[in-house]
Formats: sequence, C-alpha cells, structure tokens
Amino acid sequence: MKLKIEDVDNLCTGASFLGAGGGGDPYIGGLMVKQALADGARIDIVDPDIIDDDSLIIPTAMMGAPTVLLEKIPSGEEAIRALRAVETQLGRTADATMPTEVGGINSTIPLFVAAKLGIPVVDADGQGRAFPELQMETFAINGIKGTPLGISDEKGDVATVLTGDNHRMEKIARGITIRFGGTAYFANYPMSGADVKRTAVKHTLSLARSIGEIILMSRQRKMDPFEELETFLPTTSYSVARRIFEGKVVDVDRKTEGGFTLGNVTIRQHDRRSDCIISFQNENLVARSGEAVLAIVPDIIAVLDAETALPITNETLRYGQRVIVMAVGVPEVMRTPDALQQFGPSAFGLPDVFVPLS
Amino acid sequence: MKVGVDVGGTNTDAVIIGESGVISWKKTPTTEDVYSGIVTAISDAIEAGDVDIGKIDCVMIGTTQFTNAVIERRALLPVGIVRLALPAASAIPPLTDWPVDLVEVIGSNVHQVGGGYEFDGQEIAPLDELAVAEAGRSMRRSGIETAAVTSVFAPINRAMEDRAAEILRNEVPDIRISLSSDLGQFGLLPRENSTIINASLSALASRVVDAFKRALRNLGLDVPLFISQNDGTLMRADAVERYPVLTFASGPTNSMRGAVHLAGITDAMVVDIGGTTSDIGMLRNGFPRQSTHFVDVGGVKTNFRMPDILAVGLGGGSLVRDGGDRVGPDSVGYQLTKRAVCFGGDTITATDIAVAGGWADVGDASLVKSISRDIIARARERMREILDVNVERMKTEAGDLPLLVVGGGSILVDWPVRSVSNVVRPDYSSVANAVGAAIAQVSGECERVLSITETNRNSILDDARDEARQNAIDAGALPESIEIIEVEQIPISYLPGNPTRLRVKAVGDLPV
Repeated sequence: MKLKIEDVDNLCTGASFLGAGGGGDPYIGGLMVKQALADGARIDIVDPDIIDDDSLIIPTAMMGAPTVLLEKIPSGEEAIRALRAVETQLGRTADATMPTEVGGINSTIPLFVAAKLGIPVVDADGQGRAFPELQMETFAINGIKGTPLGISDEKGDVATVLTGDNHRMEKIARGITIRFGGTAYFANYPMSGADVKRTAVKHTLSLARSIGEIILMSRQRKMDPFEELETFLPTTSYSVARRIFEGKVVDVDRKTEGGFTLGNVTIRQHDRRSDCIISFQNENLVARSGEAVLAIVPDIIAVLDAETALPITNETLRYGQRVIVMAVGVPEVMRTPDALQQFGPSAFGLPDVFVPLS
Repeated sequence: MKVGVDVGGTNTDAVIIGESGVISWKKTPTTEDVYSGIVTAISDAIEAGDVDIGKIDCVMIGTTQFTNAVIERRALLPVGIVRLALPAASAIPPLTDWPVDLVEVIGSNVHQVGGGYEFDGQEIAPLDELAVAEAGRSMRRSGIETAAVTSVFAPINRAMEDRAAEILRNEVPDIRISLSSDLGQFGLLPRENSTIINASLSALASRVVDAFKRALRNLGLDVPLFISQNDGTLMRADAVERYPVLTFASGPTNSMRGAVHLAGITDAMVVDIGGTTSDIGMLRNGFPRQSTHFVDVGGVKTNFRMPDILAVGLGGGSLVRDGGDRVGPDSVGYQLTKRAVCFGGDTITATDIAVAGGWADVGDASLVKSISRDIIARARERMREILDVNVERMKTEAGDLPLLVVGGGSILVDWPVRSVSNVVRPDYSSVANAVGAAIAQVSGECERVLSITETNRNSILDDARDEARQNAIDAGALPESIEIIEVEQIPISYLPGNPTRLRVKAVGDLPV
C-alpha cells in the first residue's frame, strides 16, 4: 500500500485512538510525513505476511517529553542515525523499518524514516497501542533482544546501547534522553522477517488508518462513528470494541511522579446515577465504576469526544467535556501470561487481575 | 468618562461610559476608510449624551481589521522569516501546512539558522550570527520591509532573538521586526506562525493605528488611545503598531466582558446571540475562559489566546421547520428584515416565534398570527434544548452559574435554562462589544518552565507573580490596582525533577 497525503490525518487520528490517552500527539510527526510526501517521497506500507523471512527489519521511534517535542522539532536525521548505528553493530543494512508503538506519535516516525531512506514500513508494531516503556513489547515477550539500540539527537550525537536485559535498555535510554535535551530518537529490536511474523501485532498501521477514517468521515457519510467502530474492530484481530461509559468529565486529578503523568479522571453519567473513574499513567490503565472494573490494561481504554468521536489525550482532558469511553479488546498475542507479566495490570502496580473485555 | 468603540465588519459602535454606567451610544455602518465611521459614531454618541468633550479621559477601540485582513489576504506584506533552531527543527520548515494562497503573499524569504535553546535553558547551538547577517542581506536584496524571528524555547530565554534582531537591523536599518518571545507561549510552530502573520500585518497596523489617531484628533480628543486584545485587556495604540496579531478575535472577548460590566456579575455563562449563531462562553473572575487548542486564522494555526467559545446554529434568523421541531442551523442571516414573517416575508424564523409567542416586540406582531400555538411551543422547546445542552457543554465547573444573554438575538430568550441558575439580559446588550472595549483593564503575564518542589514552590510563585505584575505596570496599569487572576501549573511528563510549565497573569486598571 502506498501512503497518500490524504491518509496521514486518518492515520494520525487512529493512532491517537490506539494511544489510549497517551502516546504523544502525532501532530508534529504527521506534519513531517506530509512534508516528506509533498516533497515527492514515496512511502510503501507492506504486509508483514509477505515479507522475506530472512530480511532485516529495524524498528524506529521517538522517546521523551511530548511537550519538548512541540518546541524542539526534530531535524529528521535523528532516527535515521539511530537506525544506522544498529546497522553498524549488525554489519548489515535494514530492508525495512517498522513502528515499535502504533499508538500516538510513534506511528509516524518510521513513516518519515521510510520516506527519507526509500525503504518500506512493515504494517505491524510491538505494542498494538501505546505503552510508556521500551521493554513493554510483544517482541520482548517472544524472545527478541531489544539491543543493539541506537539513539540519537538533532545535534548528531549517537549512542549505542548493548545489554542483555530489556529493562536495563529502557533505563539507560531514558537517561540518555534527558542528556539529549528531553527528546531522543531510537532504533531497537532489530529482527528478521520471520521474527516479525512470529512476534509482532500485525496490520496495526492500516488499522490506525481505518479507525481514523471512520472517526473523521462518519459524520460526512451520515453514519454514527461509535457504531461504525464497534462493527469494524471485531473484523480485525482486535476482538471487541464497546462503549463502556458515557458522561461528562467532572474531575481531573494529575501529577508527575518518576517522570510519568499519573492521575485519575472522573466521568459522571448524564443522569448522575453513576461515575466512572479512569486511572492513568500516561496511558489509561483501568476504568472502574463503583466496585466493577469496566476495562483494564492491556485492553485499550479510549476517551472520545461524545460529538465527534475524536480521541481526547490525557493532556487535554478537562472539566466539562462530554465524552464516550470506548474499550477495545487487544489481540491474543497481547493477552498471553507472558504478555500480561510485561504490560498487564501488575506491571503498573495494579492489584486487579486481568479480565478480558467481552 | 471613557469612550468604547467597536469597529466590526458591518457596524461601528461607540458608547460613552461614566461612573454610573452607559451615558449614550451610537451604531453606524463601518466605512471603507474606517476613520470616518469612527468619527461619526463617536461624535453622534457625544451629541446624543450631551457630553462635555473635555471630560473624556480615554478612548478604547476594538477592531476586527487585522483578522479580516488575514482572512481576505489583503494588505499583507511579504516577510523575511528567520528560525533560530539548527540543527533542530528542519524536518518541518516554516510555512509548512499553510494555505498556498497565503504562502504566495508571505513569500519565500525563509532562513533556518543555528541557534535555539533546550527546555533547561542550555543552547542547542550558539547563534549563527553570520547566517543571520546573510539572511538580512538577502532581505535587503529582495526589498523585504518586515521580518519574523523565532527561536526554539524563546519563552524561556529571549536573548538569541534579541541579538538576531540587532544583526538584522545592522543589515537593513529600517526593517520592522517581530520576535516570537513577544508573542508568548510554548509550541514552536504556532508561535512562529503568529510571529510571521504579525510581521506581515505591520504596514497595515501603522495605517490603522494612524487612522484611529486621526479620528481622535479630528474630534478634538487629546486623550490616550488603547486597543483591545483577544484576552479582554487593552494595549497602548503604539504597542498595536508592533503587535497587531494580539488584536485577533478581540470581538468575542469584548462582548463577554461588556456583558460582565452591564450585568454586574463576574462569574457566569454568556451567550451572544447574533443572526445566525450563538457564541457560548464562560466567565471566571470577569474574564472569558481561554481555549486550550490552537486557534486557526485564515487557515493558519496560531498560538494566540482566544476565549473558548462554542458557536451553535441558533440566531434571530434561524429557520423554523418540521412544525417547530427543527430550529436552525441555517438562517436567513442579514436578510432577516426582508424574509422573516414579522417583517412581511414568508420564512418562519426564530424571531417570528418570539414575536408570535408574545415575548419579543419587533416587526409587526399581526403578521405572525397564523403561526400555531403548537409550533410556537415546539420551537420554543427546541431553542431551549439547544441552549441547555450547549451551555452545559461549555460549563467547566460544577455548581450553578447565571447565564448572561447579549447580542441582537437576545430577544429570543424569555425562558429558563436548566443548566444555569437564572437568565440575565442586561440593558444595552446590543452594544456589549463597545462596552467591553471601554471597561477593559491591562494585563501582564509570566510563563516559565521550572522544577517545582515543596520547598521552592512559594518563592517560585512569588517571583512569577512579581514578573507578571511588573509586566502589567509596563503595560500601563496602576500598581495598586493589580490583581493576579490566573496561576496555571502543568507538569511535563517523562522528565526528571518535576519540571512544570507555570503561567501567571496579572491585570490592573488604567489611570483615568
């Protein structure tokens, strides 16, 4: 599939939806991709099922503070240098790149890299949504080594991280990001085409594009975007999508701790009969109503504008918004016991047991 | 006494306000030269109120001239654009995502040079002074008269922008320069966009301010002149010559502020009902709540502050259909006085419902007798529902607030609104806009990124308050009248040391 300029807004909107309240606003990344396409670049998104088993795929992404990104926009060379650093370690060039995280801004970085390098992007990722840390990947769960990791900034600084432990990789890269000025661009989890087929969450870029198209086009087509999403998502590997709550935001409680934005948002039903409280750590973790758990990580909890169905990130949540909360069951590959250990409720310090959305 | 003037696209309103409130007012059509419309409106208002001209202390003008110029691509200058950011930010050059026709006007004199800051104030790279000088020479060669300079994280440190301006002036001595650090907040692209538009408006700004000053001279008014900015406060006329972009969208702010003054209420929901739409906003401490989103002007995302306003399709000219179950969003608009039934037309409008229902008195009530009780009741219920739901949507606080109804279409409302405690329709609400200009205060702001801890929190807040206060004094406020009206703290995630974006705003009265 060749990515067109008209696809970019759809893809970014769908990526925000899959960001589950976090993931960073894809606005800057979307502009970079549009600019590259306007300059005549070509971006091919390829189906993971048809890539060569022995091809080399090197995923690319950004990490750090979304707020810094809005001010310090990248040069565009950062992620490419990071990818080159991994190639140097492996002594081999990449045949394609791929997102590590489809939710939020990181859906767009590999598209830009692909445009600049003239290589395709694999239609898959390692999170199927957004998560805050680099070890929270289906790649890691299925035995792919996170390193060599290449990481770079706009000044041309490059670091290569080699470690056998993906948690250490996260910790070291996070420290480097601070020294790079709050944002950094990286390449990690280099793998073969066969490994992509075995470990990735597949077809997530085209999924993001379709979700965005439903959200942005439904009104024009006189359709209800919420119904459309509930009908469409079960036709993908995301088993189920359901509106779990509707109401008005009556409280947003936010604080920063250990570099993360933690907090709770309270949504009240219009007849005031019940409340839904969503707890988040950058991304939404759990939605509760009274004692009942309505949905819990790794399933996706998306807060959507009740009128437009546009996703609302936790940074832009505020009192008075009328919202519909939609939960989406993630693919089986993200619900295995190993996966839950990496990014299930306990990985975020929640006492609850994972109950899949049904 | 103060004179407030609103120069709109259609009408120029003038209102004279004394200690006890509105003395007199006048509405006249806006003229092509702006100037004569202002002269007519003010002199007619002076005459109507039998006002002693020597007792007038100052004149405040609100205008949509600059917004309209951008929307209509009129009177804009080509701009020399300098971004201090390399090696960062080159993935998205200036003017990316701008409408093509506007880029054609603004031109292609674009320079990305070395410089800019990190979030903690360190340099991304030293300022590339040679490249800035070369940019200046290129502007001189191309006959460029105005430049826009934007540095990464300029709101934290403006030194590089100031130095770049100095270098440009060396190369092109009479160039007008707009700096992004004067235009506020974080977000490189929207701030840069505002700076470029500001630069592009600089010639028009001189002409418009000159026309305002001439109007005052012609009237024999030798008093200070202030112009409204979008946050509801005033700037001196000479500041508008440098920062015309700050006047964008001052209209909605002025009408909301005018409503506050006329009703004597500082915390309320406001609806300004026009011919086609109703603008709904919220007032806290007498000021409109600001939007958190990028505001689009003529297709460009800017960073300027604007009230958070929801426009809904309910106005005096809204079409009434389906036996009253459908009201708006289409409207007969400016043709109301031709097409509405109460004015002898054949289209049932929201105004006709109000007249037929007996709670408004415009046009000829005998013409609307054919409208059935049932249609009136249904349409009235539908209008009420529209306001109910949308006022509730714009309310960001629990608890009851009153609803202030202003604007020409305020006659539509005679019914209670469920989402508010009571409905207030103040006198003179059709010139709320000019009243808002007349009663405005001046403001000062301070915005920073800081590491806030339990121990340093108080001293940091004190510093920020002092800086905002000083900025308000510099803008002309009486020191003893200054109040801090806003303190906003937003944590920045994924960074150590709890860095927080802090914004403080102070307002004060002008000496009269």
